[in-house]
Amino acid sequence: MSRIGVFVCHCGENIARMVDVTRVAEETAKLPGVAVSVDYRYMCSDPGQNMIKEAIREHKLDGVVVAACSPQMHEPTFRAAVVEGGLNPYLCEMANIREHCSWVHTDKELATQKAIDLVRIMVEKVGKNQELFPIKVPVTKRALVIGGGIAGIQAALDIASGGHEVVLVEREPSIGGNMARLSETFPTLDCSQCILTPRMVEVDRDPRITLYTYAEVEEVGGFVGNFKVKIRQKAKSVIADLCNGCGDCWNKCPQKKIPSEFDAGLGYRTAIYVPFPQAVPNTPVIDRERCTKFLKDKCGICEKVCTLNAIDYTMEDEIIEVEVGAIVVATGYDLFSVGKDQPNEQWTGYGEYNYDAYPDVIDGIQFERLLSASGPTQGEIRRPSDGKEPKSVVFIACVGSRDPEKGLEYCSKICCMYIAKHAMLYKHKVHDGQPYVFYMDIRAGGKNYEEFVRRAIEEDGVLYIRGRVSKIYKDGEQLVVVGADTLSDSQVQVRADLVVLATAIVPHRDAYELAQKIGFGCGSQGFFSEAHPKLRPVETNTAGIYLAGACQAPKDIPDAVAQAGAAASKVQLLFSSDELEREPIIASVNEATCVHCRNCIRVCPYSAITDKEIKDKKGNLIKMVAEVNEGLCLGCGACVAACPSKSIQLAGFNDEQVFAEITALGSG
Amino acid sequence: MSDETKTEDKPAAAEKEWQPRIIAFVCNWCTYAGADLAGTSRMVYEPHVRIIKLPCSGRIDVSFIIKAFEQGADGVMVSGCHPGDCHYTAGNYHARRRFGGFRDLLEFCGFDMRRVVFSWVSAAEGKKWADLVNEAVAKIRELGPFKEYQKLLAEDIWRKEETNSDRETG
Ligand SMILES: Cc1cc2nc3c(=O)[nH]c(=O)nc-3n(C[C@H](O)[C@H](O)[C@H](O)COP(=O)(O)OP(=O)(O)OC[C@H]3O[C@@H](n4cnc5c(N)ncnc54)[C@H](O)[C@@H]3O)c2cc1C
Ligand code: SF4
Ligand code: SF4
Ligand code: FES
Repeated sequence: MSRIGVFVCHCGENIARMVDVTRVAEETAKLPGVAVSVDYRYMCSDPGQNMIKEAIREHKLDGVVVAACSPQMHEPTFRAAVVEGGLNPYLCEMANIREHCSWVHTDKELATQKAIDLVRIMVEKVGKNQELFPIKVPVTKRALVIGGGIAGIQAALDIASGGHEVVLVEREPSIGGNMARLSETFPTLDCSQCILTPRMVEVDRDPRITLYTYAEVEEVGGFVGNFKVKIRQKAKSVIADLCNGCGDCWNKCPQKKIPSEFDAGLGYRTAIYVPFPQAVPNTPVIDRERCTKFLKDKCGICEKVCTLNAIDYTMEDEIIEVEVGAIVVATGYDLFSVGKDQPNEQWTGYGEYNYDAYPDVIDGIQFERLLSASGPTQGEIRRPSDGKEPKSVVFIACVGSRDPEKGLEYCSKICCMYIAKHAMLYKHKVHDGQPYVFYMDIRAGGKNYEEFVRRAIEEDGVLYIRGRVSKIYKDGEQLVVVGADTLSDSQVQVRADLVVLATAIVPHRDAYELAQKIGFGCGSQGFFSEAHPKLRPVETNTAGIYLAGACQAPKDIPDAVAQAGAAASKVQLLFSSDELEREPIIASVNEATCVHCRNCIRVCPYSAITDKEIKDKKGNLIKMVAEVNEGLCLGCGACVAACPSKSIQLAGFNDEQVFAEITALGSG
Repeated sequence: MSDETKTEDKPAAAEKEWQPRIIAFVCNWCTYAGADLAGTSRMVYEPHVRIIKLPCSGRIDVSFIIKAFEQGADGVMVSGCHPGDCHYTAGNYHARRRFGGFRDLLEFCGFDMRRVVFSWVSAAEGKKWADLVNEAVAKIRELGPFKEYQKLLAEDIWRKEETNSDRETG
């Protein structure tokens, strides 16, 4: 028989006015297992707490019920008091007879009966409570950042400045991401490279940051504070420690006509290459699918010209294992494809724009490359087909965005701004040219954004036409853009030398795969899901994994940087103590009865349950069961209700406890 | 002051008069907090509901409902966060799906599903909680005490099921 103490609080008059507290104490004293039951004016006061502590010692209590206010209010207070009295904090429960009773009822008799019931529920529960101990997990104070765009760079630098080690993994040969491809940036028109490259160099120099480029995350195991990561370092075929980036190899490489990914197909690169001149690191890689040495075992020129003997054709992929405590995912975005290579068969629209067929129909990133001083045209606006300067350019907004019929539902957020920028920069370069913009409406919410768009219209004479474009066809050397002008309610045709499509921003092409691999949520559009849309915008549902930049939603640079800073500070918060202490309200599996139906695995919102093999001494598989990872479980209990064999239980809320609570109401 | 007089002559009356017994299973993060808010806002409502707190509506097992009726409850309330607001993101969806599936089964077993009230109450909806309780109590008063469960136990439940399925096939 348990020895439970019941402490009924008057809360001054707050409870006592409507609940006969003396009767509550008297009635509950009669309950089996109750050793002592008293009432007192203010249980939460020092004398009230001392009363509890003394009673624990005097009556050798093994459970405490405080009937008072809401546990949201004083549960920590009473649990602390109970600990001082020598009991485990989880052997103390509160019956809420104020918020749920005296404050909301006007019939003293019925309120008193209810209060007695509420205490009875908790007496029965406490009788079944067990001692629970906070779960402590050590924290590895090293962070993994995946993706080296501006968001990943910012996060890595911030975490490193906080004094922690960072492993930054970028799949391309250089960090920089999409920002490195931009010319000048709205709304200030500062040169993208000029503000980005110093930060890239900082990453390279910071001794606390280990940078893996041309690398990918292969596997992530473990949980918050204790992730185990496998990174695949793809073979660069160049020994980074020897190479000094002189460029003799790529200058001599005979494979000169490979479309440059960095220039979005508008320029060329060699088979041994750095994606762009300011690349960090500036060690080249050999594209083995394009290199003659690998394809035909001929050439070998780079090896011959390299005076530092840095070329190594025999280099192999390497798997690097690191342990980290936190992960920041910053894999950025891709552009919605309106070409042949539709990333998703559900998107089939925009064939009428002939992006595939006409070289002079390009996308926004391609236009950035034309604008860029280090781009394929050295910043001169030349159209891809014949290299002529276009005198009339049409920019089309929302290609793929806000169009659930043919593309995606959402607004890509940044296109309105970069279109204004494109039109403006074009006008700055081609003074006698005419930019046109077809748009649905202009979304320029942001500091100095609306002013920026106004400037494009008013000072640079960009012609904005409100309406959609129905088709683009070729007429001689020019393109004819057919669209609607919904303001004048008429059909319009614009003759253009170049058409730029503001295609939708979509998640990086293998974002979903990565989310699966690491184990966190991905929304229906493929952008990574934050834990709470308002209150936890940089955390994922999986403890210890954070988001930064355009991988979470379309974002411009200031937003991406802000989120990266926030993610970095979350990581530092996590690293501020050596151990994580977690509430022990977590689930556990009874392996003897688990039938491995995997229901629990399916319902757990935190992927906290995994399969476990049980083997005999010889290593033969006896059976499979479910296993809860203590570091990941947040104690929602969904698995418990889903388990058909009642093999999984939630500490603090197991079936026995809840049934006892229900039965408490039946016995009276 | 009529309240006070009512309170005073209640004891004798209350002992005789039948009062509805309703058990509410609520999640900690929304409905429990909503009920707290009803308290801090001093919203008066009927005193017949006894709350049993669980971490999330996803933890609420159908067997809790059956157990509650077995223990003599006349009604049961089940309440959690609004869809999309679950503290654990999806517990309330699991709960909804589960109860959707079990509803027919419970009905088939002889439980009067009018006695089970499902709802979403957010931490900001003190008023909604008070209203829901009042509605539930009014409904249960109308339906009267739930005696069928005891009857179900007394009768041979298996035979009853047989006759039921006989009836269906026949
Ligand atoms: C045409 C155009 C013009 C723009 N102009 C402006 C402007 O003027 N001003 C402005 O503020 N914003 C502008 N933007 C937006 C800007 O490009 C983004 O805000 C910014 O680049 C987002 O940075 P990020 O780091 O989140 O993503 P990204 O720049 O996309 O970087 C992501 C990085 O992660 C890497 N990566 C992806 N997957 C993996 C993986 N699995 N493993 C390892 N690495 C991976 C990628 O290779 C990439 O380097 C423009 C965008 C477009 C399309
Ligand atoms: S209690 Fe919730 S979080 Fe924990 S294992 Fe079960 S379903 Fe997952
Ligand atoms: S739901 Fe229950 S029986 Fe099924 S795998 Fe999980 S613990 Fe095992
Ligand atoms: S926490 Fe309220 S329903 Fe899940």
